[in-house]
Amino acid sequence: MLLITCPHCGPREESEFSCGGEAHIARPLAENNLTDAEFADYLFLRDNPKGMFLERWRHAAGCRRWFNMARDTVTHEIVEIYPMGNTPKSKAGKAAHADSWRRDTAAEAAAKPASKSRSKQGG
Amino acid sequence: MATDQPDRGLRGLPGGKQKYSAFALAKKAMNYHQDWQCAWRDAPPQSEYDVVVIGGGGHGLATAYYLAAVHGIKRVAVIEKGWLGGGNTGRNTTIIRSNYLWDESAAIYEHAMKLWEGMSQDLNFNVMFSQRGVLTIAHSEHELREMSRRVHAIRLNGIDSDILGPKEIKDFVPIINIDQNIRYPVMGGFLQKRGGTARHDAVAWGYARAADDLGVDIIQNCEVTGLRRNGRRIVGVETSRGFIKTRKVGCVVAGHSSVMAAMADIRLPLASRPLQALVSEPIKPVLDTVIMSNAVHMYISQSDKGEMVLGAGVDKYNSYAQRGSFPVPEHMIAAAVELFPVLSRLRMLRHWGGIVDTCPDASPIISKTDVDGLYFNCGWGTGGFKATPGSGHVFADLIANDRPNSIAAPYALDRFQTGLLIDEHGAAGVAH
Ligand SMILES: Cc1cc2nc3c(=O)[nH]c(=O)nc-3n(C[C@H](O)[C@H](O)[C@H](O)COP(=O)(O)OP(=O)(O)OC[C@H]3O[C@@H](n4cnc5c(N)ncnc54)[C@H](O)[C@@H]3O)c2cc1C
Ligand SMILES: [Zn+2]
Repeated sequence: MLLITCPHCGPREESEFSCGGEAHIARPLAENNLTDAEFADYLFLRDNPKGMFLERWRHAAGCRRWFNMARDTVTHEIVEIYPMGNTPKSKAGKAAHADSWRRDTAAEAAAKPASKSRSKQGG
Repeated sequence: MATDQPDRGLRGLPGGKQKYSAFALAKKAMNYHQDWQCAWRDAPPQSEYDVVVIGGGGHGLATAYYLAAVHGIKRVAVIEKGWLGGGNTGRNTTIIRSNYLWDESAAIYEHAMKLWEGMSQDLNFNVMFSQRGVLTIAHSEHELREMSRRVHAIRLNGIDSDILGPKEIKDFVPIINIDQNIRYPVMGGFLQKRGGTARHDAVAWGYARAADDLGVDIIQNCEVTGLRRNGRRIVGVETSRGFIKTRKVGCVVAGHSSVMAAMADIRLPLASRPLQALVSEPIKPVLDTVIMSNAVHMYISQSDKGEMVLGAGVDKYNSYAQRGSFPVPEHMIAAAVELFPVLSRLRMLRHWGGIVDTCPDASPIISKTDVDGLYFNCGWGTGGFKATPGSGHVFADLIANDRPNSIAAPYALDRFQTGLLIDEHGAAGVAH
């Protein structure tokens, strides 16, 4: 049982929350024409680490707002809670973000407008 | 589309191991049961094998057994980091059925059902397979309609399935409460009479013993820590007891599949989650079938020892902690007590969790990978015990022939690119 500190409401028990799974999955823009295999990274493939995991949560039975969490999937220790749209600040959270295979996917690059992602791939 | 009879290969311990029988039992009694042979050798790892199967759960052991029994592969090892059946094989609520919605599912689960029906003879080990029926109950109009659609689809595949009304359910299960004014009223249900339960540990032990009889090395307390590749080809596995050379590796590690895949830079669509179950103190027989409720995420049966065995839903967040969150069984018990008032004063004896590998379409992955010689069998999630023999049978075939047969083919990883999913959430994702 987790005690989760909602950034808006304070500490509440786990049963008030719903979990939205892996965080920081950016939707590729249609203009970037990914292959089916590249798109699968976005749509189906999920990070499932034994250890530090970055995930989205929602205070479903409270303020109903979303936030991000860095949590260890073995000890269940919550290392950091941070707002949507941000990346983690803790050392462990930062490492988990940087080391994720998702950072190297075409799907993630394609979440930026075509000109940008193309120049990035070209360079 | 019910499948043909599976090829069972060599049967009944042709390797010369002592057989179990009533006669053997009586004979050994003269000796105070002092000279029973070990069920399997404690094999030290050899330097090289034809096939290494990682994971000594039911699926891994069945795979190794069929590699030897059906495909005649001589040098096979099963590598298990803990003890045999210590994973989900020894943690599940043992429900077996083959009444799934889609043709692909019917094919594999019915393939397994046929192997269950005869497994004790094949392995010369009593796996206590008991076809006591599995009844899935509906608690709303909508569920009832969805259920009749499902029953028709299942019947078209030649698999037994009957719809029951509340009165018939009460006759079949006298301890059930069919009062319509409870939180989860019983509005109907569907029954697979050939469904039932089996002794989970016996399945692991039976396969291990029969595989050992055919020369398979069973290596416990040995953790795989790396998958060694040479270019695109697998060349061996790193283990806590040294490097083992091999050109074929079958990974059957359930909740740890993503961890294992990462060792070969392969990504899977899985989420590892705790699934929980509990048993009560033993009581006199009151329930001689299996009842499941998808809406509650409850499944209940009574073990031969008399314990009420209750399974709950899957936790909502990823975990490798092998324990679940308390509100999950609490919710299940609240509904169970209302449905079966006789349970209300029972005490809980044990409660545990297992880490299950859930897949987006609630169907398994049985697949080759981008690495030659590396195969995965995973994603069975909350409901793979019932598939144990069928899964091992088709996975052995995939490894031996390096191509999937018609039963395994739809379960390849590429379905997450083509979009040809086998969506069994209605039948599998919630309960068993
Ligand atoms: C509470 C619960 C109830 C369930 N109820 C049902 C049910 O009623 N009916 C049903 O059909 N299914 C049920 N299931 C699901 C079922 O248990 C599983 O799908 C099935 O047992 C999986 O078998 P397996 O052999 O693939 O995995 P496991 O038995 O988990 O075996 C995998 C093995 O791999 C080993 N391993 C992992 N990593 C390594 C490594 N690095 N090196 C070496 N070995 C490793 C593990 O130690 C483990 O022994 C339930 C599961 C749970 C947890
Ligand atoms: Zn809140």
